[in-house]
Formats: sequence, C-alpha cells, structure tokens
Amino acid sequence: MIQIGERETRGARLSGRQRRSALTLIVGVVAIGAVFVIVAASHANAGAVLRALWNGSLGSWYALTSGTLVRATPLILTGLATAIAFKAGVFNIGAEGQLLAGAAVAAWVAIATGHTLGAFTPWLAIAGGAVAGALWAGVAALLRARYQVLEVISTILLNFIAVYGVGYLVRGPMQEHLHIYPQTETIIDSAQLPRLSSGSRLHAGFALALVAAIGSWAFLRYTAAGFRLRASGASPSAAQTAGEIDVRRTTTRAFLASGALSGIAGAIEVTGVTYALYENLSPGYGYTAIAVALLARLDPLMVIATAILFGALESGAAAMQRDAGVPSVVASIVEASAVLLVLAAGRVKVGWIVGASRSPALAAPAE
Amino acid sequence: MSATSAFLEATVRTATPLLLAAQGELLVERSGLINIGLEGVILMGAFGALAGAGAGGTALGYVAGALAGVLVALVFAFFVLWVRADQIITGTAITVLSLGVTGTLYQMLYGASGASLSIPTSGPLSVPVLARIPMIGSAFFAQPAPTYFAYAVVPLLWWWLHRTHAGLALRALGENASAVEAAGIPVRTMRLGALLAAGALGGLAGATLVIAQAGTFAEGMSAGRGFIAIAIVVLGRWSVGGVVVAALLFGAGSALQFLSQAAGLQLPYQLFLALPYVLTLAALAGVAGRVRAPEALGRVDPA
Repeated sequence: MIQIGERETRGARLSGRQRRSALTLIVGVVAIGAVFVIVAASHANAGAVLRALWNGSLGSWYALTSGTLVRATPLILTGLATAIAFKAGVFNIGAEGQLLAGAAVAAWVAIATGHTLGAFTPWLAIAGGAVAGALWAGVAALLRARYQVLEVISTILLNFIAVYGVGYLVRGPMQEHLHIYPQTETIIDSAQLPRLSSGSRLHAGFALALVAAIGSWAFLRYTAAGFRLRASGASPSAAQTAGEIDVRRTTTRAFLASGALSGIAGAIEVTGVTYALYENLSPGYGYTAIAVALLARLDPLMVIATAILFGALESGAAAMQRDAGVPSVVASIVEASAVLLVLAAGRVKVGWIVGASRSPALAAPAE
Repeated sequence: MSATSAFLEATVRTATPLLLAAQGELLVERSGLINIGLEGVILMGAFGALAGAGAGGTALGYVAGALAGVLVALVFAFFVLWVRADQIITGTAITVLSLGVTGTLYQMLYGASGASLSIPTSGPLSVPVLARIPMIGSAFFAQPAPTYFAYAVVPLLWWWLHRTHAGLALRALGENASAVEAAGIPVRTMRLGALLAAGALGGLAGATLVIAQAGTFAEGMSAGRGFIAIAIVVLGRWSVGGVVVAALLFGAGSALQFLSQAAGLQLPYQLFLALPYVLTLAALAGVAGRVRAPEALGRVDPA
C-alpha cells in the first residue's frame, strides 16, 4: 500500500514547516518562470506573449476575479479533496470523475427544481453534488476496504466511466429539448449561484471554497477525528495498535469526504459557471488538483494559494492562446514540471518525501 | 467481409497497441513498480512516430516512437529509482507533462489548426495460407506489422520471465525486493531495464496508433490507452497469457459497437466505451475470482 507520510517532530515543527512551504513556493515559481521564458524565447514576439499572460491572469481586476479566481474555485475544492485523501493515506486520483458525478447530479437537481425553489436551488444542487461525489468515490472506497483493490487503479477507471456516463446523459436522457447539442437545458437565471459582485463573473462558490479550506484546516488541526485521519495516513499500523484507531473506517470516511469535496466542485461549476452539463465541463481540474495539493504540501490553507496560482496560470494561458497564438496546453508543462521539481527538491533539499518514505514504519505493509 | 470477421478484425486491431503497452507494463509491475505514466509514454511514442515517419518512412517512425517511449521511461526511472519519488505522483506528472509537450510541439511545428498531415502508413500484410483460414484468418493474419511484432513479443516475454534466471530474479523482485537485494542481484539495474523495455513497447504502441491506424497525430490521441493497459495487466492477473486474453477482451469491447451497428441496434456507443472499465472494476472486486497482485507492487524497495 502506498502512503503519504509527513514526519513531524514537535520542536522544530513550525520553522521547518514554514521553510518547506517557502521552498515549495520558490520551486513552483521558478518552474513556471523557466517554462514561460522558454516559450517566450521560442516565439517571435515574446513581449506580446508575456503581456497576454499578465493581462489574462492578474493584469486587471476583471481578469483576476472573472478569470483567475473563477478557475481557482474548482481547483481549491479538488485540491482539498486530494490533500485530505493523501493525508489519510488514500491515493484518490479520481477527483475528475467525482467532480463529473457531482456536476451531473447538480445539473439534474437544478433543472428539475429551478422553477419551484428559485434562489434555494443552487444550494440544494450543491448538496446533491456532494452526495454524488461521495458515492462515486464510495465505489472505490468499498473496493479498497473490502477487496484491497488499489484505489489508484479503481479511481482512474471510475474517471473514464464518469466521462462516458456524462457523454451518455447529455446525448440521451438529459439532452436539451431540441436534441441538437450534446448538453442539458440551461439552468434558469433565478436558479444560478449568485454573483459576488455585479461587474464580474465571480460567484458565491468561491466563498464556499474558502470556507471549505478553512474548515478542513481546522478539522485536521483541532479535532480528534482530524488527528485520527492524519495518524491513519502517517502510519496505519501504529495508529491501529498504539492509537486504537479504526484505520479502515477512518480512511473510508476520508475517501468519502474527499469525493464529496470534488462533487461540490462539479456542482459549483454547473450552477455558477457553465449553467449546463456537457462533456468537456472540466479541463482536467481533477488532475491539476494533484499538483495543487502537492505544491501546497497537503496543507488546506496553502491549497488556497496554490489553487489561485494555477488558476492564474490557466487563465493566463488561455489568454496567451487567444491573443498571442501560444498553445494553452503549455500550462500542462508548467504544472507537471512544478510537481517533478517539488518531488526532486523534497528529496534532495529537505528530505520531505511523498509516499516513498525511507522510514521503515511507513514502508511496512498496511495490515 | 461478414459482420463477424469485421468484428474480429476490429478486435485484433484495437487490441494490438493495448497488448504491446500492457506486456511492457506487466514486466514493470512484476518488478514491483507501477508506471501510471504509461499514458504519457504512449502519447510521446505517437508523437515520435509522427516526426520519424514524416522524416524517413514507416520504419524510422516505429524506431522513433519506441525511442520517444524510452525517453519518457527514463524520466520516470530517474525520479522513481534515483530520487525515490512517489511512483503514482511521478507517473501522473509525466502523463500531464507528455500531454503538454506533445500538444505544444504539435501546434508549434504543424500549425495551430492542426491541419491533417500525410505521413507514410503501413497497411495490412497478409500471411500466406494462414490469412485464408475461414472467419479468423483475415482477422489475425491480415494486419499491419505491429500486430505480428506483438505475436512475437508474447512468447518471448513468457520464455524470458519463466525460463531464464534473469526472469526469475525479476519476478522475485516484485514479491520481495530486499530478499533479491540480499542475494546480490542489482535491483535498480533490473528495474531500470524493465522500465526501459516497457518504454520501448509503450512507445511502439503509440507509433502503431499513428502509423498503422490513424495515419496522423491528434492531441491526446492516446485517449486513456495507457490506463486501459494498466487495467489489462490487472485483469490478466499479472500473467503473460492472461494479459493477451484481457487485451483481446478490451479490443472486443471496443469492437462491439461495430457489431451492434451491423445488427441495427440503437444502443448508445458510450455504453461500449465504458464497458471495459466496468468489466475491470468487476474483475478487480473478485467477481471473476480473486486477483493477487505482486506482493511488493507499488511499494518502494526498502533499500
């Protein structure tokens, strides 16, 4: 079994933690800077490329709120989902599928109840999305708990099933009434998530994501259940024997909570951004979430910062493609390089290792 | 061509790249590693094949595809074997990286519109006599070159794994790495070898998609085949023969839609696309018997 371990010693904890966080951030910024310099250098008009990147991400209040923060919202939630699962020793890389499951159910709820419930609708849809995400993760959680199926494999399989499932829904039972486009009906205005300010596309989902991040942080840090979760992830055998923790129950709950967070992300996208369900709803938020969570060192508060960083990156990359003709997929290179650099730096510089711990306690069999 | 032989032909055609990639992944997993980055290996192989075939014909295309796959495997090996980074995270990052690199290069080299390219392709080669066997002849023996290569890889891999000392050591590695290390066998070198061989096979799988099937490259054209190949290894219960059967099953699952179209059924095609994944989940849960993974799979060697 693969685990995420974070070894902490009480005394040097704060300074060590801050140093690691700072290092992560530096590594991330350097990675992003390096790749953009390469892209800009290979492009005829480097100035235009960088200007487009800036204008599309942080250059104006509108770009910041309507571009960066709107894209950061699902990344905060899926990043939290990934961080909580990894902390519990659960390798949930199915955030993408859980997001889609949440989006599908939220779209169904919002379209079905939009006319009768009005402003209450999006919140009901978000609740529905949370349940759907948890259930979708629950399949993998059940397979893990009962049959020892590697959740790495099962969650990836479930991602594909979710994509095809949504593809079927938007061409079959949930297709819009004209049966032309592969998408659902549009959610009516009164049933959409409210905007935070009138001049921007930023919606109430962003506030909800911030609340979720702070809530997750407090949960992990100050509650007994949060401690059990961390202990189960750090060393299942120690948690079981010395801590008398029901590791299987704890990890299953963390798995479900992780799925619920991703489901909420999908529900917020549908009710706050796209207003309809369609196949390419998510440009890979569930996969970017892994980079978001790792760069944040699985710390819920740091997730906010890294999600905004990647939100800015993707928003800026979209503008780069639009205004300067640079492929926006270059953002994927940046994300992946950042993760690989964090892995390398974690080993070489500070000995912070994800999963691949050299500590015998962590490498020991899970049972 | 009858509907049945068309179905069989499509089965073998779809199964070929999956089989190549899955046999490589089998080798990796028997050594105790798991390369989730296989998706990226295939994608880079496809892009390498595009560049190679465009420059110097199909043979160079296959070689370039395999080399591109080896290159990606080398990155994975560096992070997993030397940096000792987590395999899952490294693999995921490598897949995302490959998506980005191939997408960016493709758009920069061949234009943002991604205009259709004409590269030399390899058509089906009929094996004399065998291709004339009723029903299955044309399906199994009138395929492009990579299919025959896959036929050769299967017995060779089985023989190597089960009849050589090196193969025995590799299998032992997947069960108990410290015991193998104590026996004086170079663990890291063996795993590097397995990863690179799998990289070549995965790259070849990508080259097959470009040169023998699509005739062109498209962004993200691996379309999850790397993950399917990993599922095939599980479904095939980590045995060479089992992987062959599982790959054909996945091929048949994808080819079913041809059969249903021929029969005039109005079933949604997403059903057929999702079927192999559902099957694998069911198989993993033990519906088709308990599946036992190599003992040390995905765990990092204690050294």
